[in-house]
Amino acid sequence: MSRWVGAPLVQLSLAKTRELIREPEAIFWVFIFPVLLALSLGIAFRASGPEELPIGVEQATGADWIVATLGEAPALRAELMTPETAREKLRTGAVALVVRPGTPWTYWYDPTRPDSRLARLAVDDALQRAAGRTDPHAVATEELTEKGSRYIDFLIPGLLGMNLMGTGMWGIGFSIVNARQKRLLKGKVATPMRRSHYLLSQMAGRMIFLLLEVGVLVGFAVWVFDVPVRGAWLTLAALCLGGALTFAGLGLLVAARPQTIEGVSGLMNFVMLPMWICSGTFFSTARFPDFMQPAIQALPLTAVNDALRGVMVEGASVIQLWDELAIAGFWAVACFAAAMWLFRWS
Amino acid sequence: MNAIAIRGRGLVKRFDDVIAVDGLDLEVRSGECFGLLGPNGAGKTTTVEMLEGLQSPTAGEIEILGRRWDRQATRLRQRLGIQLQQSEFQDKLTVLETVRLFRSFYERGWSAEQAIQTVSLQEKARAYVRKLSGGQKQRLSLACALVGEPEILFLDEPTTGLDPQSRLRIWDVVAAFRQRGGTVLLTTHYMEEAERLCDRVAIIDRGKVIALGSPAELIGSLRADHVVELELESPLAPETLAVLDEVLAVGEENGTLRLTVRHPHRAVPLLLGELERRGAKLTRLATHHATLEDVFVELTGRHLRDS
Ligand SMILES: Nc1ncnc2c1ncn2[C@@H]1O[C@H](COP(=O)(O)OP(=O)(O)OP(=O)(O)O)[C@@H](O)[C@H]1O
Ligand SMILES: [Mg+2]
Repeated sequence: MSRWVGAPLVQLSLAKTRELIREPEAIFWVFIFPVLLALSLGIAFRASGPEELPIGVEQATGADWIVATLGEAPALRAELMTPETAREKLRTGAVALVVRPGTPWTYWYDPTRPDSRLARLAVDDALQRAAGRTDPHAVATEELTEKGSRYIDFLIPGLLGMNLMGTGMWGIGFSIVNARQKRLLKGKVATPMRRSHYLLSQMAGRMIFLLLEVGVLVGFAVWVFDVPVRGAWLTLAALCLGGALTFAGLGLLVAARPQTIEGVSGLMNFVMLPMWICSGTFFSTARFPDFMQPAIQALPLTAVNDALRGVMVEGASVIQLWDELAIAGFWAVACFAAAMWLFRWS
Repeated sequence: MNAIAIRGRGLVKRFDDVIAVDGLDLEVRSGECFGLLGPNGAGKTTTVEMLEGLQSPTAGEIEILGRRWDRQATRLRQRLGIQLQQSEFQDKLTVLETVRLFRSFYERGWSAEQAIQTVSLQEKARAYVRKLSGGQKQRLSLACALVGEPEILFLDEPTTGLDPQSRLRIWDVVAAFRQRGGTVLLTTHYMEEAERLCDRVAIIDRGKVIALGSPAELIGSLRADHVVELELESPLAPETLAVLDEVLAVGEENGTLRLTVRHPHRAVPLLLGELERRGAKLTRLATHHATLEDVFVELTGRHLRDS
């Protein structure tokens, strides 16, 4: 055995990697779950051209002309129905708006639903023009269907960030508490092993896994959804590494004290939940009110998500992502140091 | 050379409401095999873990190989092999991977393969740890403790719960380690293990050493080589038998009378005659060579293992 392979840090990291790789559940949660999530969300929110709004028209005199007129409008699909059916369909969201013929025409819609509000404008526009309205000013339109602006392009960097967080936290937090509970840690502390080597190996073992994990998700997104990676691949790789280190540090810290799996699970959910919601994985952080923004921007997952989006969607370079990197780096260092200090070895 | 390998002076360990170790002194000479013998909860593990530097004593001083735990602990650990009570290892590492991992912590020592061979676990070298039997796991932990070629080996109940064959194997490994000049401190509640392996034994009860010496000395302190156990249909006051010439001492536990005697061939007929004279009916009679167990019973009135 060469000197290098026999080094404690190498052996400890190998043990960590083996632990992760030999756990079938880990394979599911790390590799398959994010891909499934990307696939289902990608399909649900795919950009399938301008969507047609379903419109109901109540049976009455003049209804046929309305159905025919709306049928010609580009983004509307009209259907004749009885008032009872119309009410039912509007209530369940199967139609966006119901037109009741007569004088005046009545638009029956739900102002709390965006599609319903949209339908009101579109239906009115189509009917008024057909009835002879002329626009005082001519307009032209231009449509944005550029790669990089779709929901999936927004989503994939967020999923990547979320996955880095999940794997880092569970993969490190769980296994450490498990080792503590089963007295594995005590057995190691009884040897001349350096404690810092153990903690570093937890992070290092995690990094080896990272390569596979990021590769699978990004590869899938590029291949199936044609998601762009505008920045340098090297920058993306470096960011993933940095993100993984940040969450590995956080995982280490969360696992520093708890004696039971239940204890660490609770703590971990407590730490991760705000980030799942606020850090802009599924929707933009801009939706939260201003007074929350400083806190949200300071969260490690927000920084990682923003940086990943910067590279993938906007093609940003490391220098442009300086702020996010500083925040993530701060968390990594602070967590590792605090974990070292707080760690319970038995 | 008879240097002191392990020295503990006035050791005390107090947990919230229990005093686990209560003023314990102990010296283990270099090259010696020293046993801590005591019942469950006597404080053996706590004592050993304090000596191993894994728990800090509430009071008292510890010196291992002339050094103390507060300085250069890692250097000291290079020279020790430690097996914890019921050690566990990562489930999904193989035996070989596990021993290699432990080997990497030591600057010098055997190869992992050599350590595995020493505890005759070669066939299992590529098996996952979680597939091992209790005895095999125990041998794995012995391999991990030995792989750094330690000067002192600490073993906390190395054979508890194992079948006699596995126990013999472990005893062989310990004996071989001693042949190479190693020092051993082990805990056990098997008296045969202490008698067979140890040069000296400290009998521990409630956190204190209640007897110390070689197994032969301790048994000799009973002043008798044999023990006679009697069970009777109706109870009889122990003192009535104590007056017999051949009987050195009488004790009673759970309805069993235990008599220490020097010459069973003379004592038993005398006893039977006495019982018959008093009209007492025997339901059981047994005699055996005195053991450390008898020493413990004599000192505390209780057995080592709760039966
Ligand atoms: N961490 C702890 N907290 C509280 N009490 C403890 C702790 N560890 C041990 N004790 C108590 O200290 C006493 C001695 O325990 P110890 O484990 O040293 O006994 P032992 O001789 O090794 O017993 P066994 O043969 O069962 O292993 C027991 O009463 C035990 O309950
Ligand atoms: Mg014990």
